[in-house]
Amino acid sequence: MFRNNYDGDTVTFSPTGRLFQVEYALEAIKQGSVTVGLRSKNYAVITALKRNADELSSYQKKIIRCDEHLGLSLAGLAPDARVLSNYLRQQCNYSQLVFNRKLSVEKAGHLLSDKAQQNTQSYGGRPYGVGLLIIGYDNSGAHLLEFQPSGNTLEVYGSAIGARSQGAKTYLERVMDKYIEIEDPEELIKTCVEALRQSLKDETLTTDNLSIAIVGKDIPFTQYDNEKVTPYL
Amino acid sequence: MNHDPFAWGRPSDETYGQYNQAIANASNFPKMNTQQPIVTGTSVISIKYNNGTIIAADRLGAYGSLLRFTDVDRLFPVGNNTVVGISGDISDMQHIEKLLEDLETENNYDNSYADDEESLKPSYVFEYLAAVMYQRRSKMNPLWNAIVVAGVENGEPFLRYVNLLGVTYSSPTLATGFGAHMANPLLRRIVDRDSDVEKTDLQTAKNAILECMKVLYYRDARSSRKFSLAIIDKDQGLTLEKDLQVENMTWDFAKDIKGYGTQKV
Amino acid sequence: MSTIASEYANEVSNTPIEHQFNPYSDNGGTILGIAGEDFAVLAGDTRHTTDYSINSRYEPKVFDCGDDIIISANGFAADGEALVKRFKNSIKWYHFDNNDKKLALSSAARNIQHLLYGKRFFPYYVHTIIAGLDEEGKGAVYSFDPVGSYEREFCRAGGAAASLIMPFLDNQVNFKNQYTPDSNGKVKRPFKHLSIDEVIKLVRDAFTSATERHIHVGDGLEILIVTKEGVRKEFYELKRD
Repeated sequence: MFRNNYDGDTVTFSPTGRLFQVEYALEAIKQGSVTVGLRSKNYAVITALKRNADELSSYQKKIIRCDEHLGLSLAGLAPDARVLSNYLRQQCNYSQLVFNRKLSVEKAGHLLSDKAQQNTQSYGGRPYGVGLLIIGYDNSGAHLLEFQPSGNTLEVYGSAIGARSQGAKTYLERVMDKYIEIEDPEELIKTCVEALRQSLKDETLTTDNLSIAIVGKDIPFTQYDNEKVTPYL
Repeated sequence: MNHDPFAWGRPSDETYGQYNQAIANASNFPKMNTQQPIVTGTSVISIKYNNGTIIAADRLGAYGSLLRFTDVDRLFPVGNNTVVGISGDISDMQHIEKLLEDLETENNYDNSYADDEESLKPSYVFEYLAAVMYQRRSKMNPLWNAIVVAGVENGEPFLRYVNLLGVTYSSPTLATGFGAHMANPLLRRIVDRDSDVEKTDLQTAKNAILECMKVLYYRDARSSRKFSLAIIDKDQGLTLEKDLQVENMTWDFAKDIKGYGTQKV
Repeated sequence: MSTIASEYANEVSNTPIEHQFNPYSDNGGTILGIAGEDFAVLAGDTRHTTDYSINSRYEPKVFDCGDDIIISANGFAADGEALVKRFKNSIKWYHFDNNDKKLALSSAARNIQHLLYGKRFFPYYVHTIIAGLDEEGKGAVYSFDPVGSYEREFCRAGGAAASLIMPFLDNQVNFKNQYTPDSNGKVKRPFKHLSIDEVIKLVRDAFTSATERHIHVGDGLEILIVTKEGVRKEFYELKRD
């Protein structure tokens, strides 16, 4: 029977130049529930679909605030996201204390990349099993980043990660020209929720399973959950 | 038996002779950090005006009362809208100069907006220096300096002070050392309160600074005629002149002075 | 004993005089906190000094930390700022770790005790006061010594002119040495909470008087007021001489 000999650790390439552990990590993202992010000039929004294991359990947190101007949503292993968001919180904090400066979103991306990349090159470890959408508003405006366990962090206008995220992505590609020009933050949130809908299968969005966060000009990172999402359903 | 617990378990002096500290290569004194400045730079003076800030410092490095180095830069531009003026120990100043160079290099690394939105602002530079100064004093190993950070941030003049203790403050006029006693009162005749900044133009502010440099050269024994002056203007940007000297001095009275000054004949 | 030290006098020691770096300085200024029935104020002058020099006429030292907590650490300004910075940071992480729960003033006080005592052997050279509302909505003031010993009080003055203001407060806030008229000094005047307006009048009087008598006090008076509506700031000029 076929057995892959090159997926035991993260430090060994396969003869075809692939790192299977990293690719498996990317698979872990697809197991996670979907999250969508987009941005205009002045605002960035993320929406996420929360899942619960069963009716008796609570919903898994999908959005984490890192600072007044920066936050993220996750798809994949939540504990890994906790580690990464905690790291970002510390870095934001350090920047504020020592330099009186908001950590720029670009710098945050580089820091995450470097941290994730180390895992793909050190023996005994594993890559992070989580994808992140990072939104932030710094001196150069609103930004959205997509982070992958491989160490890739890309700046994007819109993105979706997690289960069935392709639906949302296709939708975003179609309406990008419009939302990029949106001035009203409320409108942007609506677009982002609509995009999230494109990735649903048999679920419907409710006050229980929808999470929203926005950041931008004169709006610190704000999260909406439960009753607060009613206007966007 | 020796009842002093200190001696228990140690080789006894009777048997082995007195312990020789040189064996362990231990010094009789603990490690010492900077306890006093050696080569020093005197006052840095600065003022806010309606469109920016002016900062000036002379070019002397004094070794005690010896005017040892006569062409020392003590004003350091950082980025396009910040100037750091440093008085006190010159070797510590040069260390800070290196820190500032590193800070700029670090900011330019992997930063797509390094030249505009994410360039270094005066408050970033200041906060960093203040953190360094306070940390060093807390380790009882101070950088023996008084520093003024001048610049323009978000269209507003920026001026803030930090010294070897990590003490910080802002004011429409700032001066270190001797200048705090001699220049500040003169500069405060121009801008006494924040509301005066709006009413003061570049020329008025610059004249006041030049006058102060003159007074300081008259009365500060560890000052030099040559000085540097930087203007950070929100429209004109940063200009740094390194080859100025105190002009229009009046020494006419000098020929009439006899003895220590009170002597008549 | 001889007043003139000679080579042979016993007060002359042979150990060299050590000049040591002094990591502290006194930056003057004074602060004052008063708790009312349903409000609290914390006021401080805005003068910043070293020795006889006025470094700045407006350098605020009373801060709003969020969660309706106001703080001031008066004395050695660098330590004061470091302490406030650390406390604000502590609140930030308290929010991260406790799902944005509001920090109670009593918890803030205990936290500050730990920040101060943590440097028991190289203390923050400051007199710290915090003010806000307690869990029942009543005005509260907590004051600390440099190494973290603390107490809840109705009022407290700290800093350069504390010794000038405190007795005035004892008399005017806690009615010490006041007796009801016609009782022949037998019946103490009963305690009563002052209104906001009365308290602000008191604070202003305290600072104008301290400005008259203390060289390290003056220039400006900044008062932060906590009510159930939130934190409010007021500013009054003081003499600049």
